Amino acid sequence: MLRLEKLVKTYKTGDQALKAVDLEIPEGQVLALIGPSGAGKSTLIRCINRLVEPTSGKVYLGQTELTGLSSGALRKERRRMGMIFQEYALVERLTVMENVLSGRLGYVGFWRSFLRKYPQSDIDEAFRLLDRVGLAHMADKRADELSGGQRQRVGICRALIQDPALLLVDEPTASLDPKTSRQIMRLICELCRERGLAAIINIHDVALAQMFVQRVIGLRFGAMVYDGPPDGLTPEQLTEIYGEEDWEATIEAVDEDDDIEAAE
Amino acid sequence: MSAADGSAPLIGKRWKKPPFVQRTWLRWLLILGFGAYLVAAFMTIDVNWSRVYEGLERGKQFVLAFTNPDFTSRSSDIWEGMVESIVMTITSSVVGIAISIPIALGAARNVAPLPIYLICRGIIAISRALQEIIVAILLVAIFGFGPLAGFFTLSFATIGFLSKLLAEDIESMDKVQAEAIKASGAKWTQWINYGVQPQVMPRLIGLSMYRIDINFRESAILGLVGAGGIGATLNTAFDRYEYDTAAAILITIIVIVMALEYLSGIIRARVQ
Repeated sequence: MLRLEKLVKTYKTGDQALKAVDLEIPEGQVLALIGPSGAGKSTLIRCINRLVEPTSGKVYLGQTELTGLSSGALRKERRRMGMIFQEYALVERLTVMENVLSGRLGYVGFWRSFLRKYPQSDIDEAFRLLDRVGLAHMADKRADELSGGQRQRVGICRALIQDPALLLVDEPTASLDPKTSRQIMRLICELCRERGLAAIINIHDVALAQMFVQRVIGLRFGAMVYDGPPDGLTPEQLTEIYGEEDWEATIEAVDEDDDIEAAE
Repeated sequence: MSAADGSAPLIGKRWKKPPFVQRTWLRWLLILGFGAYLVAAFMTIDVNWSRVYEGLERGKQFVLAFTNPDFTSRSSDIWEGMVESIVMTITSSVVGIAISIPIALGAARNVAPLPIYLICRGIIAISRALQEIIVAILLVAIFGFGPLAGFFTLSFATIGFLSKLLAEDIESMDKVQAEAIKASGAKWTQWINYGVQPQVMPRLIGLSMYRIDINFRESAILGLVGAGGIGATLNTAFDRYEYDTAAAILITIIVIVMALEYLSGIIRARVQ
């Protein structure tokens, strides 16, 4: 459903963030993108919805080729790609409800959105989503009154109310504590399963990725160096992705986590 | 550890903040040059002390007038001038702010494309380069004496002030919040309304209040060049050596400015 062909991004500074990445994601697959800082993970997902313009290469969402679209057509396609951000990226001075409803901006006209007169079906869906993540009672709170975990749940609602086919998730847990991180990852993966969504999740925490996803892509210096199942990540593979380090502890930690998980 | 057991021990080593100007001779040249300039500048001041002595008497009368301000004998003039000034302030602030907002959007590089950016920055530069008094003199020549010239002057000055500061606030906004709105497929207008406006609203309100305050004070000055308002009344009072009436006018202006200051403080605290 999503296909990248020889995707290249070279920044003006000359940094080559992506070197001809080829990737195909089938319907409903949740994929983790791992790699060191600066490997091009953020650039990759931003090239998909063209928040960053790719230098060359093609991106297909279903049958539509995104890289050649006019700005109007691109806006329509962006509705099919929900995005979740590292620092939540909620508009802090708007209420929780306004933030969730902002996911519908691609569907409603300017005056409707300006006057906050959304169709009742949108409002129903917003309440349903907020209830699903346990925040229905917070609807009229301002976004900056929420805790990190709560904000990220609102971010998830905002992405899902777009009714997307694909989720682009950029470091969803980087600013959260370990427990909240797991809850958020679990929530994202559950919602993807419920709705049959595909997702690309950028993540630093290898152990966390292994716990939840079906497929892992390793990126180093803008090139794919690993593509396989999460349990195929051996110390050698991690060295390939991140460089030399003692990886035994990381992998042991994964086993421990699994035990805790099973015990819960 | 390598340096600690090396020949030059780190313990006991002196440390001083590196000087701002690295080269010693240049540093001393700058300090001495500055001192010499101060002395030379002081020596050029030429004061006619006998003139000052005579003038002190007038100054004393002016200051003493504040102990006995005369609000009554020209009360209708003061009242008219005040109303004119307040009307000028409000109308020019409303019009100036309304024009400033689109120009501020155009003058923010992260919102506007380059050609629009250059045009809007150009407008701001012109508005800021021309001092209010000069604009007022020009506009009085065009529209004649009266508050209309003052209204246009203040509106014009408001644009330069508010657009520039608002544009800078827009440029320093949190990019990610705006990016998130863009990623949902929002149109440009929706993006401004949801991604940009909430972030800059407190600043816009604060700056607007501040500008109303400035416009009122300026409206008192503009009367001196014939652009209407309380300044005209004040000018007449000085011309007639009616220091008690002038004192009454100045006290009124000070009270209104302080009230505005207090009000804007409250409003700014509430929108945070």
